[in-house]
Amino acid sequence: MNVIDRHLGISPDALSVRARRIELLSANLANADTPGYKARDIDFGETLARVRDGQGAMRTTHSTHIQAGSGAHNMHLKYRVPSQASLDGNTVETQQEHAAFMDNAIRYQASLNFLDGRIKSIISALRME
Amino acid sequence: MSLFNVFEISGTALSAQSVRLNAIASNLANAGVVSDSAETAYRARYPVFSTIYDSARASQQPGGVKIDGVFESKVAPRKEFSPAHPMADEDGYIYMSNVNSVEEMANMISASRSYQSSVEAMNTTKQLIIRTLSLGR
Repeated sequence: MNVIDRHLGISPDALSVRARRIELLSANLANADTPGYKARDIDFGETLARVRDGQGAMRTTHSTHIQAGSGAHNMHLKYRVPSQASLDGNTVETQQEHAAFMDNAIRYQASLNFLDGRIKSIISALRME
Repeated sequence: MSLFNVFEISGTALSAQSVRLNAIASNLANAGVVSDSAETAYRARYPVFSTIYDSARASQQPGGVKIDGVFESKVAPRKEFSPAHPMADEDGYIYMSNVNSVEEMANMISASRSYQSSVEAMNTTKQLIIRTLSLGR
């Protein structure tokens, strides 16, 4: 982990997990009318901790191996417990998914703002202003 | 970048919902069609959705929606005694389509709401991507 990575802190990992969660929630919204579809979600904190630990990431066992991204691709998908499941077996509750989607989008933007501040501070350090 | 997958997923939802809206429009348009036998009477058509799973990923990540097919309603067509009607059979019956207009209207609202929520998801994602691209400026 180099100096810049260390300076950027947790935000890049948080962003990648947030992006994965947005993808998952949009799949839930897309399948709101699919019979038998079960809504899926991830535990953000747990997934972020896994990504930070490097669990699920590919190991580089040779000096020429390239690090293939973070472990955000390998996450434990959980099933959402519906408060009122529909008769066709679908457990998507659109309003709940919408709320989670917006919440996630705002938190994504928050992480983006933190990252932006860090990047700007690196740039100003490099310029020696 | 996985945010771009949202467009693919929501895109499949948009096309699935528009097929559903098309089927509803055709059902409503044919609600008043009269036929001379139970076999040829118009039957309401419904698309059936199923989920596309991303098999490349280990944990069965759900993706978009696909349409398995368009199926005809199994409800028997409404039989009406109307000997004066030109389409009446030898016993004087005509066969109306089995479309339930109220059900179709409710279906239509559901389809258009689902369409809207997918569009909204795409819009939000678009803003997030634009903000991500302007990182550090």
